[in-house]
Amino acid sequence: MTEEVDAGRRHFLTAATVAVGAVGAAFALTPFLASWKPSARAKAMGAPVEVDISKLEPGALLKIEWRGKAVYIVHRTPQMLAQLQGVAPQLRDPQSADSDQPPYAKNEQRSIKPEYLVLVGVCTHLGCAPLDKFSPGDPTVSADWPGGFFCPCHGSKFDLSGRVFKDVPAPLNLPVPPYKFVSDTRLLIGADTGNA
Amino acid sequence: MGSTTETAASGGGGRLAALTKWIDDRFPMTILWKSQASEYYTSKNFNVWYYFGSLALFVLVIQLLTGLFLTMNYKPSSAEAFNSVEYIMRDVDWGWLIRYMHSTGASAFFILVYLHMFRALLYGSYQKPRELLWIIGMLIYFALMGEAFFGYLLPWGNMSYWGAQVIVSLFGAIPYVGDWLMEWIRGDYYISDATLNRFFAMHVIAIPLALVFLVIAHLIALHEVGSNNPDGIEIKNVKGPDGIPLDGIAFHPYYTVKDMVGVGVFLIIFCLIIFFAPTMGGYFLEHANFEPANALQTPPHIAPVWYFTPYYAILRSVPNKPLGAAMMGIAVLLFVFLPWLDRGKVKSIRYRGPIFKFFLFSFAISFLVLGYLGTQPPTPTYTMISRVFVVVYFAFFLLMPWYTSIDKTKPVPTRVTYHAH
Repeated sequence: MTEEVDAGRRHFLTAATVAVGAVGAAFALTPFLASWKPSARAKAMGAPVEVDISKLEPGALLKIEWRGKAVYIVHRTPQMLAQLQGVAPQLRDPQSADSDQPPYAKNEQRSIKPEYLVLVGVCTHLGCAPLDKFSPGDPTVSADWPGGFFCPCHGSKFDLSGRVFKDVPAPLNLPVPPYKFVSDTRLLIGADTGNA
Repeated sequence: MGSTTETAASGGGGRLAALTKWIDDRFPMTILWKSQASEYYTSKNFNVWYYFGSLALFVLVIQLLTGLFLTMNYKPSSAEAFNSVEYIMRDVDWGWLIRYMHSTGASAFFILVYLHMFRALLYGSYQKPRELLWIIGMLIYFALMGEAFFGYLLPWGNMSYWGAQVIVSLFGAIPYVGDWLMEWIRGDYYISDATLNRFFAMHVIAIPLALVFLVIAHLIALHEVGSNNPDGIEIKNVKGPDGIPLDGIAFHPYYTVKDMVGVGVFLIIFCLIIFFAPTMGGYFLEHANFEPANALQTPPHIAPVWYFTPYYAILRSVPNKPLGAAMMGIAVLLFVFLPWLDRGKVKSIRYRGPIFKFFLFSFAISFLVLGYLGTQPPTPTYTMISRVFVVVYFAFFLLMPWYTSIDKTKPVPTRVTYHAH
């Protein structure tokens, strides 16, 4: 037996203890961090919503709630649709190449039927609800305003298809949620397959 | 242990002395009192700028106490939160006073902390050897920002709701993990009951606990290196034969008494605001927050509470989401690096050259102008003006290594400037 401390053995034991402790700490941390994810109930609450659009006048906007977010349904007039081509050069993503929408809404009108526009009313910048400023030259936006959506928080602008203009903070077009026409006057928001 | 050794130097031998000794043998009470107060020597030339540290500590106590009593009636659920605040305001005896103390205290805390930080800029209090003291102070500031952000959601007014929506969405600007991170913070697909509940937990447990520990660390670090002073001179360099700095006076009673006068003046102003202008015209309590949260309707004009508006103006001035968020974060973080950005050989503004004075003055102006613009709607003119001041803001920090090294400084005396009066 020797009185000398075996330094190598001490180092190994210290390192091994630290390693085991770190693994244990990581495992212990996991349930706490994971408890912050959306719960099973929150996930279950995101069911699709059915909407009656028979009373939606041309030029009017209807707001409904889906998954706690505003969904905008706009009944566009022929004049509003006619504006869509003219503004294309001023847009950041006119073809919706980088933006978020189902394939059937990846067109200039960003919709299934051109006269009905369905958008998630959450600004792609920092999540405010953009305001409908449909009349051209609206004094609360600017004199050369072609009409569209205007976010009051940070001044992002979108056209009448929810496509983002250049030189504003929002990076992408307003998202289009999955939706389908259940009948001519009823829309299902949140799902595009199966029945309501 | 020498605990049983009868030193008995104190001739009194009364019951109090005996009790003191009994405690001192088991807990270093007298040692702590002497080292932290009655024999902690601070420079004798402190001016009005040296009030704000102790006042901030005082407001922390107000916030802890009023917050404790608010939790006794507040309900952290999306169905009940708004009404429970109205209940506190209308039905709980003196509830309005407790809540207005808490809401005014939040703004007062930031006013005091900003003045306290500006003091450090004026007199170089962040310079060697106080770098770590400064960094701990910045951590307190960050914790305070978190505390204010979490607390602001709790009344569940419409501005609470959309304010939280905007700030949480900032994390969405982080590439790849942004969307997942937002969902993780909210615990839902939108700002919901789950979000309110966890923000409440952060606001009343996690952050206050962190704040208290950080404040203790701040004081320990301060008392280790010693307080700076308006001349930026180390008083420890000139000591008398008794080993006490010639320009030093004991913190207690000299500065405890001075700070108590400060508390008195502060309380007069604080009470005037609570009684006559608790909303401060919409700056301390925003008008849009007097209606309940509505997930479908952003308030027509959304702005954070005034203490975040300089950074908010920076965020808005950049027409690019990730870049805007990054610029905002950097604007806050740059303070941490001041001890290393500053190459100046003197600490105090009294001996600094004209270039530093110019930059510091411009920075103060830009902070105030950005703060004002952050409360205003984002018109094209205002956006242009804020871009100019964003440049001024960043120039103060990023050009600092250059202008502090070429600046013409004045000679620093060995003893502090002091006139008996």
